[in-house]
Amino acid sequence: MEAISAIARLAAEAGDAVADPAAAKAAAAAASAGYAYGLAAIGPGIGIGIIFGKAIESMARQPEAAGMVRTTMFLGVAFTEALALIGFVAFILLKFA
Amino acid sequence: MIPATVAFEFPPINVLLRWQDVAPSINKVVLIGFAAAIIGTSIFLAAARKDPKQAPRGARNLAEVIIDFIEKQIIMQTMGPSGLAWTPFLLSMFLFIYLCNVPGIIPFIQMPATARMGLPAFMALMVWVVYNVTGIKHQGPVGYFKSVLFPPGVPKALYILVTPIELISTFVVRPFSLAVRLFANMLAGHLLLVIFALLSEALFQARDRILIPVGVLPFAVLLFLTGFEVLVAFLQAYIFTTLTAVYINMASHAEH
Repeated sequence: MEAISAIARLAAEAGDAVADPAAAKAAAAAASAGYAYGLAAIGPGIGIGIIFGKAIESMARQPEAAGMVRTTMFLGVAFTEALALIGFVAFILLKFA
Repeated sequence: MIPATVAFEFPPINVLLRWQDVAPSINKVVLIGFAAAIIGTSIFLAAARKDPKQAPRGARNLAEVIIDFIEKQIIMQTMGPSGLAWTPFLLSMFLFIYLCNVPGIIPFIQMPATARMGLPAFMALMVWVVYNVTGIKHQGPVGYFKSVLFPPGVPKALYILVTPIELISTFVVRPFSLAVRLFANMLAGHLLLVIFALLSEALFQARDRILIPVGVLPFAVLLFLTGFEVLVAFLQAYIFTTLTAVYINMASHAEH
């Protein structure tokens, strides 16, 4: 709740500072860019944690399968991480574009 | 906002990522890309010229380690023995991406060429063409699109859901995520290094004397992140190559 009201306050401040609606929109986008990345990082963070935890579990249980598990683990991490990275790109686009 | 005591200013993004052109459309990023291609090629040319009867040393040892890694860690783990014919393609791809990533941490260069969208996007498009052509070659145009869009073993009614998802994920999301993953990882690493370098510089030159020792903290993080980027540069090249191998493998064998 606090975060949302903070965004609203920042957007309102930006709106007061600049009368031009296009500039106000750009300022609001820049102010909310940080939240875009923060929100995008939650899900992939949990997901990568689960992937690594399970991989360690299976490697400890069956050390001879470690090579295969590691490759599959990196594939899973790559797919999960993509979401966080798209969030990062959204941050860049909001902040600088 | 504390610019009064600490003069911390983040430069505009174009200063970090774009330099003045040396020649029309040739800037630092392009030069790093050229250097990566030349270095990668020359390692293997130097290795190939050695006498095969002597014990391998120098460049040949290095080349053998790289080939061994590609064959054992990437191809055998994802495609099996039938994929060994793809070694030259995956090898040159891995080496080029790695040599483009590594300048991100080499002092005075410090720019990964893959942190600009153009290079990863082109590589991903190339991979897209390669795996689609492989699929069409191995399964025929009808068979390939049938096995991608209508995977066997799914109840008929579910095709309404499955087919559009498969269509988008195979032909749009795959190359897009492949390019964005490499690009965003390298850009994020580059920006992190810039942020901590600027922060420690600003603190070391702070007007308040008391702030100067504090600058050691971001500097320590900077050193740690530089070490971390060594790992990331390798890991991203590895993941890009592995995913390419997986996509080619999926396209060349029909799902049962």
